[in-house]
Amino acid sequence: MDIAFIVETIVKIVVILLVFSALAGFGTYLERKVLAFMQRRLGPMHVGPFGLLQVAADGIKLFTKEDIIPQNVVKPIFKIAPVITAATAFMAAAAIPFWPEFTVFGYTVHPIVADINIGILYILGVMAIGLYGPLLGGMASANKFSLISAARSAAVFISYEVVSGLSLLAPLMMVGSLSLIDINNYQAGGIGSWIVWSQPVAFVLFWIAAFAETGRTPFHLIANDHEIIDGFGTEYSGMRWGLFFIGEYANMFFISFVIAIIFLGGYGDGTGLGVLGLLLKVAFFFFFFLWTRAAWPDVRPDQLMWLCWKVLMPLAVINVVITGFVMMF
Amino acid sequence: MHSEPLNDRNVSSNSTYYYVDIEEYPTQGWDKFKRVIKRTFKGELFVGLWVVLREMIKFDIHTVQYPKEKLPIGPRYRAVHKLLRLWESGYERCIGCGLCEKICISDCIRMDTKIDENSRKEVTEYSINLGRCIFCGYCAEVCPELAIVHGQRYENGSEQRAHFVIKDDMLTPLDLLTSGQQAEYPGFGSITPNESVKKTPLAY
Repeated sequence: MDIAFIVETIVKIVVILLVFSALAGFGTYLERKVLAFMQRRLGPMHVGPFGLLQVAADGIKLFTKEDIIPQNVVKPIFKIAPVITAATAFMAAAAIPFWPEFTVFGYTVHPIVADINIGILYILGVMAIGLYGPLLGGMASANKFSLISAARSAAVFISYEVVSGLSLLAPLMMVGSLSLIDINNYQAGGIGSWIVWSQPVAFVLFWIAAFAETGRTPFHLIANDHEIIDGFGTEYSGMRWGLFFIGEYANMFFISFVIAIIFLGGYGDGTGLGVLGLLLKVAFFFFFFLWTRAAWPDVRPDQLMWLCWKVLMPLAVINVVITGFVMMF
Repeated sequence: MHSEPLNDRNVSSNSTYYYVDIEEYPTQGWDKFKRVIKRTFKGELFVGLWVVLREMIKFDIHTVQYPKEKLPIGPRYRAVHKLLRLWESGYERCIGCGLCEKICISDCIRMDTKIDENSRKEVTEYSINLGRCIFCGYCAEVCPELAIVHGQRYENGSEQRAHFVIKDDMLTPLDLLTSGQQAEYPGFGSITPNESVKKTPLAY
């Protein structure tokens, strides 16, 4: 391992951390604006032009707030739980190719931290570890609502891991590789070769599972404001709560990248147009997360489990079987 | 629409009321499955998505940016009181009769009067404790001279309770009167400020 590789990797890690921390903050601004417009409101307007600096105001507030550790909580676990959420969200980003490779000053840069050949498996695994943030935080909080939220998060995450894994199996059988770069190159032939056309069921199933894994609105049961206060976040304040938030929004961005790369052709052949396309696709999926929050109600926890095990999982299995038959004959 | 058919609240063939049609809850597995299929392909989720997107595209924002924009309030809105002056002379309209003090049901008006050097009754102190005032409007209604009226100022935050409310705040300032900005209550018996309003000759 030469020095250049180490330096390059560190630079890439720092860039991804900075860009996506900022994007996570900006995501909260976008969410508030989009929700406001859909509800005929204006959203944040007072801090900076069009409320653009609201993110900075929120950040200052969160950073300078008193760090409250309530009585009776399990202190070390309570303190480490938000870090798990944020850290796993960013760890998952290591195997995502955000950009096609490009050359600066005769040096070829691969904009992916680690092009491991089990990329998507690694991403799913690390995102599954993200479960421990809400689970441990909720269980350590000494709060009944947090405990309910922890139990729900465990149930939802583990159930929907099954759906997302099985639904991805069919496209992966077609591509024959777990690396996201290989998956992207498989679809480099343009819109006609996108996997979404050959695997529409897998696409929809994975999209639905993405909502459950990021805990967004139709499946927002983990921190369901109107019935269990804020769930696992009830006892958190200041920057510990902020870490949960950054983790959630970073996860939304990363899962949008993953959907766009696996099913919608990613950056295509790697030209500037392809890159723009990837950013637009990611923007659409992120917007869709906000859109559904304005439009759809939450489902009940039992309906969520029912949907997962009785509808989505059989569909995913049937999809895998049919794909297998089609590939064999 | 007449309200008579609505008064009979019994559900029958000739009443307006009817039971809302609620579908039977499915008990059989097959019926539940059919309901799932119906709900899945009915497209109601997309109707919801379209509705919010349409509102976003129309951008018909209903927010009133309050400190900068204010909603209009009715001309008879009962906010903080005002003491008016006579248009023709600039004297205070209040003759110190004390009716408002008597009628005030929350007992928050206090006034003090004396006979001045012209043998006119002069109001030396007039205060309304806005902390107790319920803005019922009786004082304005009972006033024979249209001296105390309700104004339109509803933002009455202050740092001290003593500021609620002193006579000088309620009384129309003389410069506003001379520039014709004293608003008149448009009710029965009110005056229209124009050239016909003249000072009563007292030299007789």
